[in-house]
Amino acid sequence: MAETQQGETRRDFLYIATAAVGAVGAGSAIWPLIDQMNPAADVLALSSIEFDLSTVEPGMAVTVKWRGKPVFVRYRTPEEITSAEAVPLDELPDPQTDASRVQEAKYLILVGVCTHLGCVPLGQKASDPRGDYGGWFCPCHGSHYDTSGRIRKGPAPLNLFVPAYEFVSDTTVRIG
Amino acid sequence: MAAKFDNAIVRWIDHRLPIFSFMHHELHEYPTPKNLSYWWNFGSLAGIALVIMIVTGITLAMHYTPHVDYAFDSVERIMRDVNYGWLIRYLHTNGGSFFFIVVYIHIFRGMYYGSYKAPRELLWMLGVVILLLMMATAFMGYVLPWGQMSFWGATVITNLFSAIPVVGQSIVTWLWGGFSVDNATLNRFYSLHYLLPFVIVGVVILHMVALHRFGSNNPLGVDVKSAKDQIPFHPYYTIKDAFGLGVFLIFFSAFVFFAPNYLGHPDNYIQANPLVTPAHIVPEWYFLPFYAVLRAVPDKLGGVLLMFGSIAVLFILPWLDRSPVRSGQFRPIFKIFFWIIVLDSVLLTYLGGKPAEGGYVIAARFATAYYFMHFLIILPALSIFETPKPLPKSISEPVIGGGGGFAGATAAPKENVR
Amino acid sequence: MIARLKTLAAAAVLAAALGIGGGAGNAVAATGSAEIPSRDWSFDGVFGAFDRAALQRGFQVYQEVCASCHALSYVAYRHLDALGYNEAEIKAIAAAAEVEDGPNDEGEMFMRPGKPSDRFVSPFPNEQAARAANGGAYPPDLALIVKARANGANYAHALLVGYVDAPADVKIPDGMYYNASFPGHQIAMPQPLNADGVEYGDGTPASIAQQAEDVVTFLAWASEPEMEERKTAGVMVILFLLVFTGLLYASKRKIWADVH
Repeated sequence: MAETQQGETRRDFLYIATAAVGAVGAGSAIWPLIDQMNPAADVLALSSIEFDLSTVEPGMAVTVKWRGKPVFVRYRTPEEITSAEAVPLDELPDPQTDASRVQEAKYLILVGVCTHLGCVPLGQKASDPRGDYGGWFCPCHGSHYDTSGRIRKGPAPLNLFVPAYEFVSDTTVRIG
Repeated sequence: MAAKFDNAIVRWIDHRLPIFSFMHHELHEYPTPKNLSYWWNFGSLAGIALVIMIVTGITLAMHYTPHVDYAFDSVERIMRDVNYGWLIRYLHTNGGSFFFIVVYIHIFRGMYYGSYKAPRELLWMLGVVILLLMMATAFMGYVLPWGQMSFWGATVITNLFSAIPVVGQSIVTWLWGGFSVDNATLNRFYSLHYLLPFVIVGVVILHMVALHRFGSNNPLGVDVKSAKDQIPFHPYYTIKDAFGLGVFLIFFSAFVFFAPNYLGHPDNYIQANPLVTPAHIVPEWYFLPFYAVLRAVPDKLGGVLLMFGSIAVLFILPWLDRSPVRSGQFRPIFKIFFWIIVLDSVLLTYLGGKPAEGGYVIAARFATAYYFMHFLIILPALSIFETPKPLPKSISEPVIGGGGGFAGATAAPKENVR
Repeated sequence: MIARLKTLAAAAVLAAALGIGGGAGNAVAATGSAEIPSRDWSFDGVFGAFDRAALQRGFQVYQEVCASCHALSYVAYRHLDALGYNEAEIKAIAAAAEVEDGPNDEGEMFMRPGKPSDRFVSPFPNEQAARAANGGAYPPDLALIVKARANGANYAHALLVGYVDAPADVKIPDGMYYNASFPGHQIAMPQPLNADGVEYGDGTPASIAQQAEDVVTFLAWASEPEMEERKTAGVMVILFLLVFTGLLYASKRKIWADVH
């Protein structure tokens, strides 16, 4: 009797071990099929771009394409910086200080996608309407952004996103 | 019929949609002869190969671009930049070859043990349909990377149809969607290459329905007589198939990881060029026997007809071999001829890969003639002249009972056997 | 036991069929081709890996010798990290190339220094331009050359060292050169490698055979950049399958123990 039981235990252990090893194998086999849908190496290689700021003059704004989206780079005038810094935080729907949104006060770098429903706001070209606060104006549903890219009026819930970026040199910035 | 299930949810569903009863019936209860050898593993292996091909194919389609300017490029991007793209592509290319290996073994097993005989004629014919669909799918899939062999293979094979009298050239133009193999051809081949595997799945389901009607044949070829001859499919054959799958995957992996291009052709890593034909156009190895038959005939139409005839003859095999004994084990002369036709097929495969000149063509003619002779003359003649060995009474008593007689044609549907 | 032996024999026949069938495609010899000697390569075999130093030297040979005529499409500068270059080195290599980009805001195409994400810049804008510049012969793209030739690595090496004097009875037309290993022996490419034609940074003597060995190693990598990852994965997969199949066999024996 005892012998049979021992035999059964050994058999159960074998089956469990086989099933467990099989499950590990199936899991490892499925991973490549999932991972192939992640961004490929050539896509990742384009996920960060370098931009030369020396071509941007004071008061000027430039749009660069990054990860398939527009990035706004604006060389802000001293007046624009002062007006952005002067706004009391309690007036803002999404309170953020201007200092927390820039690395170097004169260069404002933003993802140019309205946080409402994903349109591209106007305000890059000199002829564009810049909204009531001198920043950007989204024509889709009327969101107004200020000279720090913060939402001031309209349906958008959040400020324009600041992408991760770093200054590689005084005039070169790497976005992403 | 309705099985009892412990789980209340399963019971609830099964009462309305008897899917669990169906699975229980077809997998668990499904009585199977207890004496199936490892040669019976290749059916389930073929099914698994089909699944591997569909899964890897769908993922490749996420990255592939069917356009003459981008196809080759997109394949190289899969190989170099897509995460595990090289693995998925090599699984797909070698998977095609292994699918054919497994299916060819499956077919020869069926031929040796007489699995095509009554009452399994339709089961066999559905299998031949699957083979034809596989060939069409593989051919169109090979065109997609848009290498030199893709392009020239497509050109040569589509030109086969120009052998049809009167309308041949119109048919070829229609197949191409232009005046040569070009972008339109690539696009339609891609579309059909995606579609046909699912048609294969459909025919495989019919193949399974036909199989489950009378159950598997077995190495003795005698019908199941009593419950003693049978065991439930699960767990006995599920574990045996799983073990077979493990062995299969070891061979498959050896090719995928260590010789991924061994079964391919170097010329297909050169982008298609409509102005330059490679020195020797050879199809993939699994088409070589048919290619040898095609080239063995000096006449264009004759070659094409004979090539299609070499598969058509398989359709009528159940009526060519009239011997009442299924298994080759009990047919001493048939057994010899079976191995000769295996060698003949191997020879045709070898000759299909050689240049069509000199002794190779002569040999291919003899091998082709023998191929048809085997099916059209030898098998019908053997049915009349061969004296089979005495058959065992049943699977459980493989002792010669002296003229056990034949039980094949009177086989009852398995539902009645219990 | 006898049944098992028979099974084995049958399996061997099928394996032979496969071997013949598979080999047949590759075994077709081009007319007029010479015997290509087999060499030992660092990347041969189950555990073979590319020799990093040879890769870098071979890349140098490609850049200084081959790149003036032969493209290396499908390979991007960022891929060079596999050769052991760091980010700054790759940036410098890429920046040395002139890449056409655009159109800019004025609608013009413009040239800019290469970036790591760019693919290798081809020496000619298209095949016609390449032919026009090379007396009608098209210098093939080298990105896949080792995979696109039968016995690719050995063949490429034999070709590169195959420039010898033509036998007295062979007349070579103008603009063609004699090569012992090229099919037909007449090749439009003049001898590309010369002794000390490049100066290796690591001090390796740059004989023709050494340069050929290095550049072929580099081109083998360019053809199969996934090779090392593939072989490593393959060893793991096969070891796993051996264990798993062993367990399945043991389970099968146990389950079938009561069937007589």
